[in-house]
Amino acid sequence: MLSYILRRLLGIVPLFLGITIISFIVIHLSPGKPTSIEQALNPRVSLETRAKLDKIYGLDKPLHVQYVNWFSRLLRFDFDRSFRDGRPVSEKILERMPVTITINLISLALIFLLAIPIGIKCAVNENRTFDKITTVLVFITFAMPVFWLALLLMDLFCIRLGWLPVSGIKSLDFDYLSPLGKFLDMSKHLILPIFVLSLGGLAGVSRYMRSSMIDALRQPYINTARAKGLPEDKVIYKHALRNAILPIVTIVGLSIPGLLAGSVFFESIFAIPGIGRLFYEAVMMRDYPLIMAEVVLGAVLTMFGNLIADISYAVADPRIRFKGNEK
Amino acid sequence: MLKAKVLIKRLSLFGVVFFIASLVYAQDFGDAIVSGSIADPRTLVPILASDSASSDVTGMMFNGLVKYDKNINLVGDLASGWDIEDGGLGIVFHLRDNVFWHDGAPFTSADVEFTYQKLIDPDVRTPYSSDFERIKSLQVIDDHTVKVNYKEPFAPGLSSWGMPIIPKHLLEKEDLNTTGFARNPVGTGPYKFKLWQTQEKVELLSNHAYFEKRPYIDRYIFRVIPDEATLFLELETRGIDSSGLSPLQYTRQTDSAFFRKFYQKFRLPAFGYTYLGYNLNSDKFRDKAVRKALNYAVSKDEIIKIILLGLGEASTGPFVRQSWAFNDKVKAAPFDPAKARALLKEAGWFDRDKDGWIENSAGKEFEFTIATNQGNEERIKVAQIIQGRLKDIGIKVKIKVVEWSVFLTEFIDKRNFDAVLLGWALGREPDNFDIWHSSKTREGEFNFIGFRNPEVDRLLEEGRRTFDQEKRKAYYQKIHEIIYEEQPYMFLYVPDGLSILSSRFKGVKLEPIGIGYNLIDWWVPKTEQRYKEVIQK
Repeated sequence: MLSYILRRLLGIVPLFLGITIISFIVIHLSPGKPTSIEQALNPRVSLETRAKLDKIYGLDKPLHVQYVNWFSRLLRFDFDRSFRDGRPVSEKILERMPVTITINLISLALIFLLAIPIGIKCAVNENRTFDKITTVLVFITFAMPVFWLALLLMDLFCIRLGWLPVSGIKSLDFDYLSPLGKFLDMSKHLILPIFVLSLGGLAGVSRYMRSSMIDALRQPYINTARAKGLPEDKVIYKHALRNAILPIVTIVGLSIPGLLAGSVFFESIFAIPGIGRLFYEAVMMRDYPLIMAEVVLGAVLTMFGNLIADISYAVADPRIRFKGNEK
Repeated sequence: MLKAKVLIKRLSLFGVVFFIASLVYAQDFGDAIVSGSIADPRTLVPILASDSASSDVTGMMFNGLVKYDKNINLVGDLASGWDIEDGGLGIVFHLRDNVFWHDGAPFTSADVEFTYQKLIDPDVRTPYSSDFERIKSLQVIDDHTVKVNYKEPFAPGLSSWGMPIIPKHLLEKEDLNTTGFARNPVGTGPYKFKLWQTQEKVELLSNHAYFEKRPYIDRYIFRVIPDEATLFLELETRGIDSSGLSPLQYTRQTDSAFFRKFYQKFRLPAFGYTYLGYNLNSDKFRDKAVRKALNYAVSKDEIIKIILLGLGEASTGPFVRQSWAFNDKVKAAPFDPAKARALLKEAGWFDRDKDGWIENSAGKEFEFTIATNQGNEERIKVAQIIQGRLKDIGIKVKIKVVEWSVFLTEFIDKRNFDAVLLGWALGREPDNFDIWHSSKTREGEFNFIGFRNPEVDRLLEEGRRTFDQEKRKAYYQKIHEIIYEEQPYMFLYVPDGLSILSSRFKGVKLEPIGIGYNLIDWWVPKTEQRYKEVIQK
C-alpha cells in the first residue's frame, strides 16, 4: 500500500513540471502584454516609460529565464507579487478564500441535503405525476441562465418587495452592528446568492440520485427484501439507499476541488469578492504571477484529489492495492 | 411714530437678512456619500495609479500643486501661486504654509522634491515619468518655495504638476512598488483613509483639518459593484448615491416618479471623442479627396441619434467644445452622399462594371476592414452604421472585433489595420503632440495612423514652448482647422457624460468641469441624512 502511494507521489512530480511549463509558455505567448493593457492608449505614457515598466516586471528577459526565475521562487513557496498592485499573490488569494469557501460549502451542503430526498422520492414514484413534475422543474432550473435568474430574483425580492439587499455581503453600517446584527445582516445578503448557486447543482445531483436509486430498486435483493415481508420504508431507506448512495459519495469527493473555484458571472452580479473574479481579472490584465499561481493551485488540488480518490479505491478494492507487489 | 416705523422697517430688514443668511449658512454636517464603481482600485499610491477607480479614490485624499477650477482654468492647489521665469525655462511654485498631512506632519517643499525624485526613478512603476523627464533640475529654495528648471520651455509641464504629492516622511524608506502605504495612504486632501475591503468598498472620513475647510459630508464610501445591471438595481433601492448612466438609463430607465423624487441627473459633454482612424500608409486612404468623401457619406447625426439617443454632438476635430483650444469656426461636414460619390469619381473610384461596388482604374473594388475592440457594444454598432452608409456609395466594409490587448499589440502597435474605430479621452491640457506629431509614429507610439503634416508639427512644437494662453489658443485652433480639413480621422462624436446623484445632497452645481469640483461644499439636511454619524477623536 505504502509503495503504491509512493509511486503515485513520484508520478506527480513530472506531471506538475509539465503542467507549469506548458501553462507558462501558453500564457506568455498569448498576445497582449500586461504593460500595454495597463497603459492602453494613454498619450501621457510614452514608449520609453512602457519599456521601463517591462523591465521592472522582468518581461524584457527571454522566456526560459523568466520561467526559471518563477520556478525557483515557487520552490521557496513564493508566488511573486501581482503586476496589478505589487501585493504578494499568496496574500491576494488567501484574502478571497474565506468568502468563496463559505458560500460553496453552504450551497454544497444544501444541494446534497435537498437533492438526495428529492431523488429518492422521484425514484420511488418513477414515472408517476410527482416524478414527472419534478423532472420538468429540474430541467427548467438546469437550463436557466444564472445571471438572468439572479436579476429576476433581485427585482422581486429587493426592489418590489424590499425584503433583501441587492448585492454585496455586508451592509455599509456592518461595523456598527451587534454580533447578532452582523450575523443577520450577512445572512440576509447571502440568501439570494446561495439560493441561485444551489439551484443549478440541485438539478444535477437529484437526477443522479434518482437514476442510481432506480437501479438499486431493480436489484434482486430488493425483491428478496420485499418477499421476506420487510416494511417498504426499510426496503427503501436501508437496503436500496445504502447501495444507491455510493455514486453520490463519489460526486461529493469530486466537488471538493470546486470549493475553491468561483464563478465570474455569479460573483459579478452579486458583487461578491470571491476567487472567480480575481482570476478572471488576472487573465484579462495578463497578470502573469497571479495566473500562474492559479494554475499551480488548480493543478495541485486536482492531482491530490485524484490521488485521494485512487487511494480510497485501493482501500476498497484489493486488486488495485496488491498489483504493485505481485512482480 | 416715525421712528418706530423705521425701526420696524429696519427690524424686518434684519429679519430678511437673517432669513437669507440662515438659508445660506444652515449647512449640516454628517451623512455619507456612497458611490458605485465597476472596478476595485488597484493601488492608492497616486503616482502609480493609472486606472480610473484608483484615481477617483486618491483624488479625494491627495492634492497636486495645481488643479483645474470649475471653469477649467489652472489654479493653485497646494501651491498658492507660481511664476514663470527665464522665458519659460523655470517655474517657481509658492507653496501654502497651512497644509498638513493627515497624520499631522506639515507639508513642505521636501515632499514636492521627493515626489519628483520618485516620478523619475527608473525602478518605480509609475506610468507618468515622461512629463517629468523634461525637467533639468528641481531646486528647493526654502520650506515653501520650489523652482523647477526645464531643459527647454514646456508649457504642458505646468498642468503636469496637478500630479498628487506624496509624503516624504512616510515613504522615504519604503519601496514604492510594494509599500503598505498603497493600502493605508496618508494625504493632504479633504478626505482621509479609513479602510479598504478588497472588491467590496473603500471608506474615507472627512478631514476636519483640511486647509480649505472641513467638508460637510462625514464619510465617502466607494462601493465596488462589478456588474452594470446590479449597479442600476442598487440605484433603485438607494443602495448607492451616485453612478454614471448609459444613454438608455438616462432617458428611459430613470424616467420614473421614483427617480425624479430621489435623484438628480447631470449631463455634460465628455472630454473626449470617438473616431474612425485611417491607416494613412495604406494606398486606399492616402488621397485626401477619398477621406473627405467618406466623411460626407456617413451621417454623424444618425449615429448620435441611434447610439447615443441624441445625447452627444458631432465631433469637428481633435478638441472638444469646453476646451479653450476648440475652434468653433470649424463646422462638421454635412451628410451628402451625392457629394461623396462625386469626390470619389474625381479620385478615380466609380462603378465601372455596374455591379453596385466602386472600382479604381485597375478594376479593384474599394474594400476595407474596420477593426475595433471587444467589449464595447457602442463601437460595434457605430461600425455597423458606417458599414451600411458606405455600402450605399459602393464601398465594401468588413468589421473585425478583437479582444482589447490583442487589438493593441497586434493591430495598433504593429499598424496592421485599414481603419480603426476608437476613442480618445482627452486631458484638460490641449497639448496632443503624442497623437499628431510626425515624430510619434514609431511602433507603440500614438500617431499610429501615420499622420504627417509639417505645419501641424510646427504648431504643436510652438504650442508646447509658449506659456501665453492667447498665443497657444491661436496655435491649437489652427491645428484644429488643419486636422479637420485633412481628415486623417473621420471625426464621429463627442458623447455626453451622464451621471446621477441622490437628491438629498445640496449645494451641487453643474459647471463646465462637472459636479465634483466643490464636493466639500455639498451637504445633507439633518432630516434627510441616511447614514450614522461618525465621531472623530
